[in-house]
Amino acid sequence: MSHDSTKKTIVVALGVCLVCSVLVSTAAVGLESIQEQNKKLDKIQNILNAGDIEYNSGDAEELYENKIEPVVIELSSGRTLDKNEITPELQPENFDIKKLSFDPDYGTDIDPSKDIAQIKRRPRFMIVYEVTSETGGIEKYIMPIYGKGLWSTMYGFIALGKDLKMIEGFTFYEHGETPGLGGEVDNPNWKKLWKGKTAYDHDGEVIIDVIKGKVDPTNKNSGHQIDGLSGATITTRGIDQLVKYWLGPEGYGPFVEKMREEGHNEEV
Amino acid sequence: MKKYKDIILDPVFNNNPIAYQILGICSALAVTAKLETSIVMAFAVTFVVAFSNYSVSLIRKHIPSSIRILVEMTIIASLVIIADQLIKAFAYDVSKQLSVYVGLIITNCIVMGRAEAFALQNPPTMSFLDGIGNGLGYSFVLLFVGFFRELIGSGKLLGYSVLPLSTEGGWYSANGLFLLSPSAFIIIGLMIWGIRTWKPEQVEED
Repeated sequence: MSHDSTKKTIVVALGVCLVCSVLVSTAAVGLESIQEQNKKLDKIQNILNAGDIEYNSGDAEELYENKIEPVVIELSSGRTLDKNEITPELQPENFDIKKLSFDPDYGTDIDPSKDIAQIKRRPRFMIVYEVTSETGGIEKYIMPIYGKGLWSTMYGFIALGKDLKMIEGFTFYEHGETPGLGGEVDNPNWKKLWKGKTAYDHDGEVIIDVIKGKVDPTNKNSGHQIDGLSGATITTRGIDQLVKYWLGPEGYGPFVEKMREEGHNEEV
Repeated sequence: MKKYKDIILDPVFNNNPIAYQILGICSALAVTAKLETSIVMAFAVTFVVAFSNYSVSLIRKHIPSSIRILVEMTIIASLVIIADQLIKAFAYDVSKQLSVYVGLIITNCIVMGRAEAFALQNPPTMSFLDGIGNGLGYSFVLLFVGFFRELIGSGKLLGYSVLPLSTEGGWYSANGLFLLSPSAFIIIGLMIWGIRTWKPEQVEED
């Protein structure tokens, strides 16, 4: 049989494909459980980071189980979904913002004039992670947020305190911004700046502002201003816009209002 | 024995795939902002070149010339997926930073180049060693570039602070240029200059 006969060509092509596909699927299936575990742990650690909850690498999962209660909410009305309304796609362990926002049943288009975070579509539902305190009440609300930076869509969490005004933590878990410039969103010192800032004024308007340059602590507005990242004007603007979008009426606004009406923000 | 040693060491200095043949520059620019990602990328490329060379060489006498490139690409692509899966399983944090660049090893000219230039004509063991050698050559450049970019760009090595940054109370003011891809061009350029001064036989005729 010559090397270049049609038969030999087909035999070699099939043989190579067969061997390669067996190898690839073995690797994919064999490593899947470890990868899933990695992903899950990574997400848990991000949620704990955003909520400013201290953990060790060993007890992250246990802490999450004990302290954090994920609830699914409908963004437009702000109401919490009942257990029987939660379809498998909306289960906290399967909840995938990217997938849901492009799903015709679960996602929705955003009016371009209101789309300040430049994300075009968003899921109709979101998960809010409620941090319960030892006495049983809700201590913090950790909410997923995302929006466009310079190069990438940045995915993260913002945590509000029980008064639903004060920011308790802020973190991005996925972004592709320039390392050292926009990538400084990962800098712990910068993330710390968010803690204790005021997100809403008395009328429930979003007042948090990521400004260009450093915040002047003597300024009367400094309580709701965050330092911009130097050398990263567009990333900084992106963060400012996405936080305003998600805390505003198009994002978690209705939920936050509902929680306030129900008196969750009052001191117990 | 000498021959095997040459096969492995030649591509590091004498015939370096990046510095001498100027192949595989793309990923050398993209993943070298930090030393850690450089190291993982270096391992991944070495793994892929070595095993693709080995596999191509094993079946070199049976590959019909009409689908030669396709067969090579299939083998390389499979190895890259396996490497990607391994990184995702055992170095999850790094895999997030490397993102698409592991997948892009498929298009790395070094891998294809070695399969075409070496593995098709040589027996498996030698091809495997040639793959390791070229992987080491690539790794050497990546680590060199990664070392200087992380040190100068963020004052750190492997995430540990070496030059205390002025923004964190130290004295070193980081040079942001070194975190951007063009700086890798500058470092690789200086490196090629250095190597060719040391080994003038690599200088190309005008």
